[in-house]
Amino acid sequence: MSTEILVEVEHVARDYGDRRVLRDIHFSLRRGEVLGFLGPNGAGKTTTMQILSGNLAPSEGRVRIAGHDLLDEPRAAKSALGYLAETPPLYRDLTVDEYLDYCAALNRLPRREQKPAREAAKRKCGLEEAGGRLIANLSKGYQQRVGIAQAIIHLPSLVILDEPTVGLDPIQIREIRALIRDLGREHSVILSTHVLPEVQTVCDRVLIVHEGELVLDETIERLDRHMKTASITVAFHTPPAAGEIERLPGVTAVQPERDGRLRILHEADANPTAAIVQLASERGWGLYEIRPGRLSLEQLFVELTTEREPPAGDDGRSPTP
Amino acid sequence: MILTIAWREFRSLFLSPLAWAILAVLQLILGILFFYILIVVYGPNQDKYALMEGWPGATLIILPNFLTLAAFLLLLVVPLLTMRLISEERRAKTLTLLFSAPISMTEIVLGKYLGVMLFLLLVLALVALMPLSLLLGGRIDLGVVFAGLFGLALTLASFAAVGLFISTLTQHPTVAAIASFGALLCFWLLDVSVQGTGIIAYLSLFNHYQPFLQGVFDTADAAYHLLLIVTFLVLSVRRLDADRLGIA
Repeated sequence: MSTEILVEVEHVARDYGDRRVLRDIHFSLRRGEVLGFLGPNGAGKTTTMQILSGNLAPSEGRVRIAGHDLLDEPRAAKSALGYLAETPPLYRDLTVDEYLDYCAALNRLPRREQKPAREAAKRKCGLEEAGGRLIANLSKGYQQRVGIAQAIIHLPSLVILDEPTVGLDPIQIREIRALIRDLGREHSVILSTHVLPEVQTVCDRVLIVHEGELVLDETIERLDRHMKTASITVAFHTPPAAGEIERLPGVTAVQPERDGRLRILHEADANPTAAIVQLASERGWGLYEIRPGRLSLEQLFVELTTEREPPAGDDGRSPTP
Repeated sequence: MILTIAWREFRSLFLSPLAWAILAVLQLILGILFFYILIVVYGPNQDKYALMEGWPGATLIILPNFLTLAAFLLLLVVPLLTMRLISEERRAKTLTLLFSAPISMTEIVLGKYLGVMLFLLLVLALVALMPLSLLLGGRIDLGVVFAGLFGLALTLASFAAVGLFISTLTQHPTVAAIASFGALLCFWLLDVSVQGTGIIAYLSLFNHYQPFLQGVFDTADAAYHLLLIVTFLVLSVRRLDADRLGIA
């Protein structure tokens, strides 16, 4: 992974009519990075992907890809990106080869490079055998692969995949994930999904959007560390008042859990375990369980996407136009 | 790039039976009409015409009738060809392929338009065969024939531009077909109400087609068609751009 910035998204907002569905989305992506874009349905994932791929214009802010502004120099910016939409844009009446040739031509590959490019894309996506088949007759997994092949045929620096594993069976999902990991070696990938394990297995970095706002931007490594160490779960026979623990150095919050345990959130560099054990034995709280709380990505996700508002506001259908 | 899209559009027409069916039916009906004009309308009165003082010639009797009918028939057919140009892509969500490729909206619209025009030129060639077949048995006024065919080509080009624009408005091909058909019919009929006078009649497609059939090439008529085509192509580009900006 190099340090070169490939994508810069600056304060992008998007309105549909009076409704603002994206606010102040702001991030950048380095070359060779795999970025996971997480969010519940209706959070604005697809809208963001459409803006990044030039299918939608942002109402505010700008997107630069490989140094080119997507609105001012669309041709240069778009030749650096490949996009697989939620529904793969396939012409069902063409064969795989015909279709990929057309895509290569659309991406302005010179004629003599089209055939090698098509073969290379097919090889990467495991489509060698399918070249002569009609797209309409392919299974969903294979159609998805054709969609990915289409997005990488011109070897773009940036590949944008919008929910590429939806509707596939578990084996196909594993294959597509392996494929995405491979892509991450040569291309930068932005992957939108609501499947959490996908992000953990494939991505270098996670963004979480909720109701059109960015609520988290963290590398997977840091996230792992953060999730491992930032909380402990304790159980007492005679629990003290929450305030007593909150006073300990490093503790940021104490949350009672439903089963009577307490979850203690603390700063990453100040673990209060020893202090709690000592205090518990001195004051006879009857400590019978203490363990580092491993927040799973799922918990984090749920926390980030529900804490601001009650779930009632969360039924939103995706605002696809 | 425009050619790539045009060629794909042209080829895709022939991937479904639609193009073949259109060509076959069109040729059959036009054949019957041509035969009717030639044998039933013109044939029996041939001798009478020949004795008339200053009669215009067989070409000017047969051709205007035939090409008027041909244009009317094609008015019904062109919406069927243009209906799926954009609307189908929008419905099948394949438009993203074009939008995220390094191509401009103008190139997309021109490519689509050119694809249909290729097909319509093929149709025109088949139409042209009929009057030209008269060469086998006699002499015809080629100037009139080619002026008429040129007029038909311009008219078809106008039809296609209107159809393409309407196809950008919806995602249902049938809606696009019916709406284009209605729009074209209105353009055609504009002069009926005012009997060929006034500004409304001037807008009628019909009034800018007729002179060609008499062998008159009037730049004003050609300009009318070109303006119409450019207007609707620009509108299509604007419409696709508006799509991206999300102005419903």
